[in-house]
Amino acid sequence: MRAFVSFVYLFLYAPIALVVLFSFNAGRSASEFTGFSLAWYGKAFSNTFLIQALQNSLIIAFTSALLAAVFGTMAALAMERMGARMRLVFDGLFAAAIVVPGVVIGIATLVALAAVFSVLNPALASLWPTATPPQFGLGYFSIIAAHGLFSMAVVSMIVRARIASLGRDIVEASNDLYATPFGTFRQIVLPQIMPSVLAGFLLAFTFSFDDFIIAFFVAGSKTTLPIYVFASIRRGVTPEINAVATTVLIASLFLIFAARFLMREKTMRTSGEG
Amino acid sequence: MATRAGTRHRFVTAALAAPAALWMLVFLVLPFVAMLVFAFGRRAPEGGYLPGFTFEQFLNLPARAAAFGNTLMLAPAGALLCLLVAYPVAYYLAVKAAPRHRLVLVSLIVVPFWTSLLVRTYAWMYILGSRGLPNLLSTIGLPDLRMLNTPGAVLVGIVYGYLPLMIMPIYVSLEKLDRRLLDASADLGARPVSTFLGITLPLSLPGVMTGVALVTILLLGEYLIPQLLGGGKVFFIGNALVDLFLQSRNWPFGSAIAVTLVLVVVVVLTVAMRIAWRFAGTRRVDLV
Repeated sequence: MRAFVSFVYLFLYAPIALVVLFSFNAGRSASEFTGFSLAWYGKAFSNTFLIQALQNSLIIAFTSALLAAVFGTMAALAMERMGARMRLVFDGLFAAAIVVPGVVIGIATLVALAAVFSVLNPALASLWPTATPPQFGLGYFSIIAAHGLFSMAVVSMIVRARIASLGRDIVEASNDLYATPFGTFRQIVLPQIMPSVLAGFLLAFTFSFDDFIIAFFVAGSKTTLPIYVFASIRRGVTPEINAVATTVLIASLFLIFAARFLMREKTMRTSGEG
Repeated sequence: MATRAGTRHRFVTAALAAPAALWMLVFLVLPFVAMLVFAFGRRAPEGGYLPGFTFEQFLNLPARAAAFGNTLMLAPAGALLCLLVAYPVAYYLAVKAAPRHRLVLVSLIVVPFWTSLLVRTYAWMYILGSRGLPNLLSTIGLPDLRMLNTPGAVLVGIVYGYLPLMIMPIYVSLEKLDRRLLDASADLGARPVSTFLGITLPLSLPGVMTGVALVTILLLGEYLIPQLLGGGKVFFIGNALVDLFLQSRNWPFGSAIAVTLVLVVVVVLTVAMRIAWRFAGTRRVDLV
């Protein structure tokens, strides 16, 4: 059994290791390692299309994760206060946002926005005083909107799990000592849920940064990093893609370890209290 | 006083819930309604949408029967293959591994799941491509093998991509297993095999169910793995949808397929939950 488990770990990491290794290959060959070189990284990062795609991805991931963290946390707090029936509605919506395949989320968003734009843009054009009215179109806004669905659901799930394990007595004590409701929230509740909010933010960021299929439908003329990588893979496997893939990998590894660290601290603190 | 406090309570709750509620309404519920409207509409000659109420899009579904067939065969097959690989790993982590190594070993399983599926699938394109494994095998004398763009390649990609998602719920249910049951079984003279079949396996079934359901549902909407490793020969519903929306531009028909896909997901989910409830405790899965 040990041998089998070791083999599975090898199976999980060897393909990634191979991509990382060949990103440092001096030659073009995909099967022969001819020497260590950073040339492909240099080539990749002097590519303006790639830099633009990276920049787009970062803006979209940051914005959607930030909105998801704030609104998702607010929703988690609200769900503690609302009636059972309303809570069921929210549970259902968040579950749908997680379970519905990304490809369907992308399509639904595309169809709905296209329908809205097809009414809005001519209307705007007829009302606009000059000959060049602004045109609404797909782009940052539509990707952030679609990514926000999954992200918000995940954030609220993580934060709710934390709220469930939160000691109620300390909140009551704070109220008894004449703290204002907002004061109690800021000084008692917020510090305790903050690690899970941050973990949710990082997971949302990772999700958005790595997502291909939703963005593929709703990106319009914008290119995100996964879309760029996908397009280059279609043109053929090159060491330059290995360099980009390694960079993406390192970025998401960094984020996921940060998220796990925050959640770890949470469980340690919980066990310390108990 | 009481009613004023009550009003304030309700106002704050509503204010907290409003942004997320609005977001879900505008970007989830309304788009779904729009998709339904499209699915019952007609296709305009140049690829757009003509209003109408017709079932012709749904009656046309057999035109994409191959995509449905592939998905409904390979998604459960991939999930079961995943299960076969995942169970021993989960068992080892939960029962055999030394407790001080457990956290690291479990983390090492989870981490790849949160890195880009695109990059991980690409790695297999690299390995199974003609310059990769087949090239290596031909140097030791094996005949030229075609690995990329076969159902086998898609299955490898599926197992690779979704293994962490299968291992975690099984691990969680095995970790909660009361060790004294295993000791008792051994003390009463049961052979290890009968202890496993009589105690361990039944008690881990909720985790198995969760894993199989999760992986199957995600696979039903998969696009990248068949696209990159199946190379247009092994295509899923997701690939048909990309074609209909971004290439051949038949949005009403594409919407009908998407609606059908959601229905399939709902059916699978309902069946899985029915079975899971029968096995008593349903468990939450933390992927992080």
